[in-house]
Amino acid sequence: MTGEQIIFLLVAVSTLVFALRVVTTGNLVHAALWLIATLAGVAALFALLDAGFLAVVQVVVYIGAIAILFIFAVMLTRKEMRDRGPQMNPNWRFGALLSLVMFGGLYLLLQGWTGMEKTVSDIPSGFDAVSVLGDALTSPNGYVLPFEVASVLLVAALVGAVYVAFNRK
Amino acid sequence: MVPLSWYLIFSAALFSIGLFGMLARRNAVAILLGSELMLNAVNVNLAAFWRYGDVTDIAGQVFAIIVFAVAAAEVSVGLALVISVYRKRNTVIADEIDLLKF
Amino acid sequence: MDFWKDPLKVAADWLMGIFTGWGMNEIAAQVLIGFLGVLVLLSLLMVLDIALVWVERKVVSRFQSRIGPNRVGPFGLIQPFADIIKLLIKEDTTPEGADRWVYNLAPILSMMSVLVLWAVVPLAPNILGVDLNVGALYIIATGAIGTLSIIMAGWSSNNKYSLIGAFREVAVMLSFEIPMLTVMLIPTIFASSMGIAAITNAQDTWFVFLSPLAAIIFLIAAIAELGRAPFDMGEAESELVSGYNIEYSGMKFGMFYAGELLHAFTYGGFWAILFFGGYRFFGLEQVSPFLAIAVVMFKALIGYWVIMWIKYTVLRIRIDHMLGFNWRFLTPVAFVLLMVTAFMNALLADAPNWLYISGMFLSNVLVAWISLETARHYSRRERERVEEVKKTVEAHH
Repeated sequence: MTGEQIIFLLVAVSTLVFALRVVTTGNLVHAALWLIATLAGVAALFALLDAGFLAVVQVVVYIGAIAILFIFAVMLTRKEMRDRGPQMNPNWRFGALLSLVMFGGLYLLLQGWTGMEKTVSDIPSGFDAVSVLGDALTSPNGYVLPFEVASVLLVAALVGAVYVAFNRK
Repeated sequence: MVPLSWYLIFSAALFSIGLFGMLARRNAVAILLGSELMLNAVNVNLAAFWRYGDVTDIAGQVFAIIVFAVAAAEVSVGLALVISVYRKRNTVIADEIDLLKF
Repeated sequence: MDFWKDPLKVAADWLMGIFTGWGMNEIAAQVLIGFLGVLVLLSLLMVLDIALVWVERKVVSRFQSRIGPNRVGPFGLIQPFADIIKLLIKEDTTPEGADRWVYNLAPILSMMSVLVLWAVVPLAPNILGVDLNVGALYIIATGAIGTLSIIMAGWSSNNKYSLIGAFREVAVMLSFEIPMLTVMLIPTIFASSMGIAAITNAQDTWFVFLSPLAAIIFLIAAIAELGRAPFDMGEAESELVSGYNIEYSGMKFGMFYAGELLHAFTYGGFWAILFFGGYRFFGLEQVSPFLAIAVVMFKALIGYWVIMWIKYTVLRIRIDHMLGFNWRFLTPVAFVLLMVTAFMNALLADAPNWLYISGMFLSNVLVAWISLETARHYSRRERERVEEVKKTVEAHH
């Protein structure tokens, strides 16, 4: 058990535990806070995968904006500060069965693939993922078109969200 | 020396937990929480494939960045809709929002 | 002599010798030395925090034409220790109905988000926590954790005023992150890298001369991020009785307060590092790392003094004016400045140095002049509209 494996196991298992707390806790604000812990765990995994830019963007975008948006939404859609009633569907057992089937199916699918036991190759020295990423996102031979389309999508989402949630007196 | 399978199984598990969250919760905001978990699982998957494949082919990270943008857009519009529905119907329980009018 | 040139390496080698002499595994020894380094940095920062409490109280008293603490020790130097003892022996209350875990976690997260920032501050050419190549973005990320801690504090106190204060404060902090991020991209363009050490190394001419408008916008956005006046919605005492801080007493409040002071000092430091050259001072930093640390601390203190100066001189702005100022003035100006800087950088890439500097400076002055003219035009129209409404109201009487 190398150190890397121990660290990965710690981070991955704790992230999965936090994710389970997200979907099972009765108090919605607590669910949002457990989501923040999950997102931080995923950011740690990005850092383990040497995707430093993705890790920092995950913290900025997910934890710094989306999670706070969730907390605001939870607080704005209730009459009192506490949650009432059960938080689970009447069909939650069927949902649990379905998700177990999904996980089992994915696991079986992955077992049949030969590339599963790949180990990581070293990053070539002097390779700066951030500058390569920047080049890829802005070069016409690269991915500038999906980048621009994503920008248009964000503008559309911005205008749409403001219009839908606007409180006309 | 973490084999690729560990990352893929982790992301499959996170995806299944997110799916359970989407299927089994009553509150509309909690359903969106489940979708966030699923999107994060996909991102981990993409980043793992980028790292364990050809590192100079940056397509994995580009895809993950686009997923970030799409997730942010989806959450903002989704929550705006939920807040707007709450203002009209005074409830966010998904089962009780079952009439197109009134 | 070797120690004065490279103290960290000398200390690390000495400790490694000791640990392996005790029979420890080499990798475990390295991890332990890393932990000890972090511990030393954090301890020095907390001691600095104590000194900042004294600095803050003396400076605010001088701005208000009084003397400040002078009873406890010479020049009141022992005053912060008296404050700490008072906070520690206060009763540790938790409001009824409060969410205990979240309530106790909020001040810890607030302090953590500040201490974590110092991992990317380059104190000397070879004294750096982590040479992240995304350092500028890391600053915003840790600011996001601070925002989170405020909302946790506001919600878990089970108090409506606390919640309103937290909502307003978080709205201001999230809004002002956008001009700050945009303006932080301008030193990135000049240095061709987001790493803070690379930005410091590229400042042969300080970036404040290349882009003064970026420095000003960064200062304004940083003051809003800190939650200090004139943007201190979270602590507006005349409106909200201390905002998200209401239900906190004792050392938890001390964590928030000291965390805010250290946060202000850290952002003063980042203002100095990103725009005023960091540890560089006409080659002085090559002499010894300790001189470089002294230069950084001095510049950070000057930045902190400017932030304090603004806090104790300017009135608080109303919340809708604050947000309007951000979305209608600061963000468009920051975007235009970024585009103009990128354009001029591409245009003047091969130009001689003096042409580059003067071109950038003049383009900044042009953007600032155009934006101020637009703002003046808009405010004149607003004033005329208000005058007309007033005239019609008076005509009816």
